[in-house]
Amino acid sequence: MSSFKIFDIAGSGMNAQSLRLNVVASNMANVDAVSSSLEETYRARQPVFKAVLDQVNTRNPSVGVQMAGIVESKAPLVREFAPEHALADEQGYIYRPNVNVMEEMANMISASRAYQNNVEVLNSTRQMLTATINLGR
Amino acid sequence: MSFDNIFGIHEEALRLRARRSEVLASNLANADTPGYKARDFDFAAMLRNEVQQPVRLAATQTGHIKADQGVVASTQMGYRIPHQSSLDGNTVEAEREQAEFSENAMRYQASLRFLDGRIKGLMMAIKGTSQ
Repeated sequence: MSSFKIFDIAGSGMNAQSLRLNVVASNMANVDAVSSSLEETYRARQPVFKAVLDQVNTRNPSVGVQMAGIVESKAPLVREFAPEHALADEQGYIYRPNVNVMEEMANMISASRAYQNNVEVLNSTRQMLTATINLGR
Repeated sequence: MSFDNIFGIHEEALRLRARRSEVLASNLANADTPGYKARDFDFAAMLRNEVQQPVRLAATQTGHIKADQGVVASTQMGYRIPHQSSLDGNTVEAEREQAEFSENAMRYQASLRFLDGRIKGLMMAIKGTSQ
């Protein structure tokens, strides 16, 4: 029965969104992780989603979501002059991650809403299937 | 009374509704996938097709697999035209998909109710009692 595929599809959506939430959490947690060199500084990460086509039935247009990978933000790191800082380099600079807290908050809300959407889909599908199973009872 | 069309249009309708909920679920799941194009199909047209001229393949050999009925091929699918386009090429509008999904689920349950009534009526006729 094809309706059971919805569980896979919505499940993959939930999986992708929870991974996105994880990445947001990681970015937010590291927002103050300063360091003394450009290379060591944490860079904001973003997940990349990809639609997975049905391998068995390629004519089937209903697809789940897959994590294609995680990319690091190309935005410039914040260089701050703080000679009194314990981690300051010889020139007296420290480097802050390129995490934009506002962006991350918006990302977080978007991810949790999308997650909820998928949960709703699962719930209604479950109800539909239960009603179908109880047909004629 | 013929048993062939005892469930009338609702059997086909149910199958198509289930299929459509699958398509709408993938739209919602891919709400944040860059470049994903939301899809849907014209339910009324598909149902009319299915009832008027059901697609059946002739099985000339015993080994032939019966064609899946009520399946909507991707060529019969359309792409949703978004009200507002997004930068990453994704055309899913979550609110709209949600509305379509819940409407579809309600109509599924309506068809289910009809089927249920039909089955209960038959049972009554067979047993000669109500329940």
